[in-house]
Amino acid sequence: MKYDAIIIGGGIIGASIAYNLTKQGMRSVAVFEKNYISSGSTGRCGGGIRQQWASPENCKLAVKSVHLFEKLDQELGFDTEYYQGGYLLLAFTDEEVEQFRKNVVMQQGAGVPVRLIGVDEVAAKFPFLDTSDLKAAAHCRTDGHINPMLVNQAYADAAKRNGADIHLFTEVVRIVRDRDRINSVITADVRTFETGVLINAGGGFSAEVAAMAGITIPTRPQRHEILITEPLEKFMDPMVIDFHHHIYFRQTKHGSVVMGYGDPHEPYTHNIQGSLEFLKTMSLMITKVVPAMKKVKIVRQWAGLYNMSPDAQPILGKVPGVSNYYQAVGFSGHGLMLAPAVAELMAELIVTGRTSMDISDLSIDRFAGRTEFKLEKAVV
Amino acid sequence: MSSEQDRDIIICRCEDITEREVRECIRRHGLTTVDEVRKILRAGMGLCQGKTCSALVRRILAEETGKKAEDIGLPSARQPAKPVEFGIFLQEGDR
Repeated sequence: MKYDAIIIGGGIIGASIAYNLTKQGMRSVAVFEKNYISSGSTGRCGGGIRQQWASPENCKLAVKSVHLFEKLDQELGFDTEYYQGGYLLLAFTDEEVEQFRKNVVMQQGAGVPVRLIGVDEVAAKFPFLDTSDLKAAAHCRTDGHINPMLVNQAYADAAKRNGADIHLFTEVVRIVRDRDRINSVITADVRTFETGVLINAGGGFSAEVAAMAGITIPTRPQRHEILITEPLEKFMDPMVIDFHHHIYFRQTKHGSVVMGYGDPHEPYTHNIQGSLEFLKTMSLMITKVVPAMKKVKIVRQWAGLYNMSPDAQPILGKVPGVSNYYQAVGFSGHGLMLAPAVAELMAELIVTGRTSMDISDLSIDRFAGRTEFKLEKAVV
Repeated sequence: MSSEQDRDIIICRCEDITEREVRECIRRHGLTTVDEVRKILRAGMGLCQGKTCSALVRRILAEETGKKAEDIGLPSARQPAKPVEFGIFLQEGDR
């Protein structure tokens, strides 16, 4: 069996690249997923979509993604629960306000309809928040959220309709490479599939996928814990992120509230066990910011992996020395929201050799010979 | 599990999901596991966490895929076992 392109990973990145490759005319495309669609990081993530980033590269990709998200349900024929309820970033210190001020100028230049708003306006518009220690907030009305599992399935279904093969419960265990070229992959059930190009969309396991091809990449997995509450009457439109308390939360279409806490001291491992420690910290943080949560019930907790890169920005494109290997990895917790743009650009790169938006700043070359990086700070 | 006219019976009581919806979801997306049905349809995602419906979804999956029910895994259990208030986890002074 021979494909023009094999993608490893059936999360949002793999599924959306598969769809875009078929859309751009590639005939035989396959996804290999060791579990099922959205079983990894995508199906475990918070589902936020924002254009408010500290780095211009992330901003540009996010703006392009939002334009694509706005038409996505129609294009894929799926109700993904995409909701542009806005996104509110909270600032609790003067330093944070100053950082937000700078970011807002850069973001507005990138076409993001964002503005800094004062505490009085926050209190009036978002009465569920305790604003007593708040200094300011940044709000973007075209940000929002989506149901991660549904949008992942939507892309996979659409790719399949366009002729892609989606191999579920099929783990790739070996990548056969001859000098600068990858020839084939071998699956756990000992089948060999030749390929024209190989795309690493391995998410939390991207470094392991690259290693099978003899390629070393600087991505590392990091657990992030998350929970969901009982369904509540609708009380909030925007998703909220608070870098000070390291939390984010949003109300789903279903009414329940999804929230996560990013532990700054979490080690780099593949551990995805939920912990009691998380429930304690999350409870403390969320009830500080939304006091009415004290009486709300937690229904379920879980965890997933961020695939961290050294500067918390994705690593896209080719690597030196291998002619037919591509990667879209290291999203550092924001792969879902960047997926539509990244997938379109990656497919352009693979099919035509160039991209309609310059993403060369995000190639692995940026790390060559460097040990210190300008970190994307707007990450929880 | 049931004849054509019975397929409006509720499978997941927490999320109000019928047998017909479960079967349609399995066929439309080519699903083979309880976890997939849970993530797409919300069956088993409600307050009881699928204590009743997971086994029913598994039986429907067995019928739709021609596999034995015992060869289809049950979904991953996620804590807490019962819904619990945030306030429980706070120190006395913060409650």
